[in-house]
Amino acid sequence: MGIPVLSVMTWSPFVAALIVMFLARRSPLLVRWVSLVGALVSLMASVWAYGSYDRTAAGFQFQERFALVPSLGISYQLAIDGMSALMCLLTSIIIFAGVFASWTVKERSQEFYALLLILVTGVYGVFVSLDLFVFFLFYEIAVLPMYLLIGIWGSSGHVRPQGIFGWAMGRTGVGTKEYAAMKLTLYLLLGSAFILVGILALYVAGGSRSFSFLDFAAMRIDPTLQSWVFLAFYLGFGVLAGIWPLHTWSPDGHASAPTAVSMLHAGVLMKLGAYGVVRLGIGLLPEAAVQWAWLVGLIACINIVYGALSAMAQTDLKYVIAYSSVSHMGVVMLGAATLTVVGLNGSVFQMFAHGIMTGLFFALVGLVYEKAHSREIFKMGGFGSMMPGIATAFTIGGLSSLGLPATAGFLAELLTFLGAWSSAHRWWLFPGVLGAFLTSVYVLRVAKQIFWGKKSDDPHFQHLPDAQGTEWAALGILVVTLVLFGVVPGLAMHPIDTSTIPLLARLGR
Amino acid sequence: MTTDPGTLALISLLLPAAAFLMLAIVAPLRRAGRPAAYLSVLFAAGSLASAVLAWRAHAEGVVTRLVWDWLPSNGTTLAHVGVLADADSTVMLTLVALVACLVQLYSLGYLHDEPPAALGRYYTYQSLFAFSMMGLVLAPNFLQLFICWELVGLCSYLLIGFWYQKPEAARAAVKAFWTTKAGDVGLLIGIVLLWRLSGTFDFMAMRAMVASGTLPVAGLSIITFCIYLGAMGKSAQFPLHVWLPDAMEGPTPVSALIHAATMVTAGVYLLHRTSWLFALTPDVLLIVAWIGAFTALLAAVLACVQDDIKRVLAYSTVSQLGYMMAAIGAGISAAGFLHLLTHGLFKALLFLGAGAVIHAVGSNDLPRMGGLAKSMPQTAAVFIIGTLSLAGIPFFAGFVSKEGVLGASLGAHQTGPFVLLMIVAFLTAFYMFRVVFLAFFATPAAQPSLVGAGFSRPEHAPPKGGPHDPRGPHDRHHEPHDPPMTMLLPLWILAALALVVGVYSTIAGHVPIVAGAGHETAPGWLTPAAIGVAIAGIALAWLTYQRRTIDAASLAAMFAPIRRAAIAKFWIDDLFEGVLGFALFAFSTFVGWVDRYLVDGVLNVVSAWTVSAGDDIRTIQTGRAQDYVYGVAVGLLLLMLWMRWALA
Amino acid sequence: MGLQAYLILSAVVFCIGLFGVVTRRNTVGILLGIELMLNAVNINLIAFSRFAGSTIGMVFTVFTICITVSEAAIGLAIVILLFRVRKTVMADHLDLLKG
Repeated sequence: MGIPVLSVMTWSPFVAALIVMFLARRSPLLVRWVSLVGALVSLMASVWAYGSYDRTAAGFQFQERFALVPSLGISYQLAIDGMSALMCLLTSIIIFAGVFASWTVKERSQEFYALLLILVTGVYGVFVSLDLFVFFLFYEIAVLPMYLLIGIWGSSGHVRPQGIFGWAMGRTGVGTKEYAAMKLTLYLLLGSAFILVGILALYVAGGSRSFSFLDFAAMRIDPTLQSWVFLAFYLGFGVLAGIWPLHTWSPDGHASAPTAVSMLHAGVLMKLGAYGVVRLGIGLLPEAAVQWAWLVGLIACINIVYGALSAMAQTDLKYVIAYSSVSHMGVVMLGAATLTVVGLNGSVFQMFAHGIMTGLFFALVGLVYEKAHSREIFKMGGFGSMMPGIATAFTIGGLSSLGLPATAGFLAELLTFLGAWSSAHRWWLFPGVLGAFLTSVYVLRVAKQIFWGKKSDDPHFQHLPDAQGTEWAALGILVVTLVLFGVVPGLAMHPIDTSTIPLLARLGR
Repeated sequence: MTTDPGTLALISLLLPAAAFLMLAIVAPLRRAGRPAAYLSVLFAAGSLASAVLAWRAHAEGVVTRLVWDWLPSNGTTLAHVGVLADADSTVMLTLVALVACLVQLYSLGYLHDEPPAALGRYYTYQSLFAFSMMGLVLAPNFLQLFICWELVGLCSYLLIGFWYQKPEAARAAVKAFWTTKAGDVGLLIGIVLLWRLSGTFDFMAMRAMVASGTLPVAGLSIITFCIYLGAMGKSAQFPLHVWLPDAMEGPTPVSALIHAATMVTAGVYLLHRTSWLFALTPDVLLIVAWIGAFTALLAAVLACVQDDIKRVLAYSTVSQLGYMMAAIGAGISAAGFLHLLTHGLFKALLFLGAGAVIHAVGSNDLPRMGGLAKSMPQTAAVFIIGTLSLAGIPFFAGFVSKEGVLGASLGAHQTGPFVLLMIVAFLTAFYMFRVVFLAFFATPAAQPSLVGAGFSRPEHAPPKGGPHDPRGPHDRHHEPHDPPMTMLLPLWILAALALVVGVYSTIAGHVPIVAGAGHETAPGWLTPAAIGVAIAGIALAWLTYQRRTIDAASLAAMFAPIRRAAIAKFWIDDLFEGVLGFALFAFSTFVGWVDRYLVDGVLNVVSAWTVSAGDDIRTIQTGRAQDYVYGVAVGLLLLMLWMRWALA
Repeated sequence: MGLQAYLILSAVVFCIGLFGVVTRRNTVGILLGIELMLNAVNINLIAFSRFAGSTIGMVFTVFTICITVSEAAIGLAIVILLFRVRKTVMADHLDLLKG
């Protein structure tokens, strides 16, 4: 093979980040263009890889490998299967739209774009790495820039300290961006500690010869060890996937983060968690997966309903979306927990669908905030006549979120539900469906409040402009993707099939 | 020119889709308004032609199936999309295409004063609706049906909220979506369960399983009930009927198309389409029959006290949907389907007629009308044709189909529902002729006293006016007159069809378009009884509102408790508001509080403790070198002691 | 006189030095204390060297003396610098490391 397409995809944002840091010092426009080119190269690489991925052959393709530390069995080994190909596509679409969505960042845009692109390199790396050591390195790269991105460019909200633990909230500074950044980073690093322990446990159990995923997969692992390692992976990745009750970093983090960071984080980073559980948890530890499926599914059900109800209670637009992510990640985890091909397909499809959808949402929220300088839902009203484009995009995103057909969200949920009813725990279907209904309640309530009805009398909310220029590009890409994959599900389902069927075949199912 | 019904049906389905795509993607075209409207109407007409051809081309007993792989999963195809053209679907397709086309034509006149962008948006939604509804009708499997089912719900939401700046419209749209979505949850669960049971979504495969008896019957009742829940939401059956009257906030042509002729009948259509499945679960059918009959009665009573002409028609639709459901519950779904078809014709006619009246008068309120027969003779004529059809008078469209429903109910020995349906037949004739007399014949001047004494206006009369309200510019300074040709033509076409169907079916005794809908088993007294009841209703309305022999006030006083309850909509809406507005939102607030202050609170406590502990411990760092030396010395001493003690 | 006597002497000198280091407020005094402690170590080394009949201890002592000298020089330099910057040589005023 000629071009190492996966390396190109992974490192092009990094190279762009370096160029941005060293060359584009005084020209904000150049910063944007360089970033855009970096994102575009990775987008093209991922689309090319996705398109030329052989759907008839299962397994890992586009392999690249060279040894890094031969004595420890660490090597730079990249490959994708259907699932990771889809995730890479998701990442590239989100970052491409994200570059457009943060076109208007003013303060220290050079560092902002550089960090954003480095983060994306980490995300790509996680999706394409087969070597678990490198996987972990990329994982950390993906997590850490978030601290700076939120801490420096974020926005603070207002949370009234009250309740029996009110004193603690005042003490920790709840609501500020520093608080959110710190909470997010600490949580995710805590999670990654569990992951590292899990990986090392497997490494030692395998005779300390190789970190390669393929070697681990070929290994016969003792069930007791499997059980513990699975829990470590579930906890570690689960934190990032926002499992209840370890989800509370996500609403604060997403609400405080700047637009593009929220998009990436809710759209892609949370998927890293789910991807990790599926790839390492279920993929490497089949017996433990069967053993702990009840726990994963139970927590997923709590996530779905609890997240939806919490979203309904919020008055801050960003918090609504953030909690809806918690709810939807529940669907992802539920699909995985079913351990059926249909359910797992639904799970992976939901990762993609939710990634695009929530990216769209956060882009829209960013736009609304930028124009109206408010995130308080119940102060806004009647924006539809002033910003019809944003209203339309919001409606489409909302409809996908509540699982309306002809958007990707519906198929993902349907497949998950089918899987849930075919699984060992049939009752999982009902929380799932209930969650979809609750989503329709809060999403439409928000849409109605903001865009429909009488125009607000607030003088700040007169003459708001619609989306324009680059903002259209961001919205357009996301909306089209969302609808395209909803109307032509085969685009995603064929590649997903190639990875989920062998994965579950290991479970004997 | 192809004569394959499948292909023709597909063309019919794709034409509105093409129109929708063009309008949705080409923004300048959409914003231009009129051209967008013409394009949409043109495509709808083409779709209608193709649908009629498909219907005529379809041979008796032949089912044409045209499908493509759509949703692959687990190495196979989980679901297809395509068209399933058979007798029922093609005739339903024709109805949908017909009403859609006529309504789009009519809207050209009705929405004359809309700004171009809004008009373009309207026709975009209309095209999407036509496409989705046809997709629903032609669906070869449950999945496509569900998809289109949701899409028509979406269109309904968008079109009810067409004047989205009116708070009532926004409320009504969301209410409609939520209520039907609640039913759809049931439908989705039913489909998932059924998929697990049968391993397929496909109608024909499933039907083959039923025919060969390989479909397990255990647990099927739950599944059919879940599916019925979906139909309950869409077809506005008690207790999920609350959204339909509120949906009248949308433009009247929308009400005619979506909330009278097509979308709301989707539930009935679904049950008819899967009648072979429901036949296996007679217990569920009994529930369907009872709820249907009860809904019919409830809505008919509600219709009697409405002063808003559209709301009368809306409740009448709910009531007639109950009729259809009752027939399905009786096991003769074809009778329900036939009533669906005829109802689609005359109810669309009534709504469009009402729209013409509203357009001319500038108000929905019956008390503000009166004597319109003189100034709008053509509208009055077609409206009366529609009313007679609805009342079930011979030689009009509703007669035979209504007989069919009553006969089905009686034939299934469901005496309870049958009695309810007979009462409804009386009430239907009464309230519809109340509208006719109040709007077209009574003298307007005489009405205020009549209203004040008797059927007062409900308190929720919506405010009139607003920038996009077509009712705004028209007021009673101008003499009302018949609408322009674009609006009259659809009215006359529908009226003519209602008459043709009525005359033919009355003479022939059956309607040839739906097999198995006859009422051969019904006893001979049924027909005279039904006609008698209807005429009694008309007579009562005539005596009360035209002749004034019976005082409306004393009539109202006679039924005072019921009337009061009916004006409050039997408190069902309030109940939902309470459950949703109070219980659900309060509970969600509670959960939000728990998340913010307990789940997250614990975390904050832990971190606050960490911070405090750090604060406390750091005070031992005095910063003085001597203290550290002291510490080192003491540490060394302790270490030596420990060594002495532990190692000795 | 056995080894013990030397060791006791050394311990006493060490403790005096330590006491000085811990209690003196003047930085120069602290330095003097350190010198005492180092000399206590020297006594130890010489004593062990003498009684064990090995010269290694003496070698180390020579090293220590060298280091002590340089330490004193550097220490005094630091004290002078401190005085220039902070205008004080009192140890309890020098608490920049306070947490």
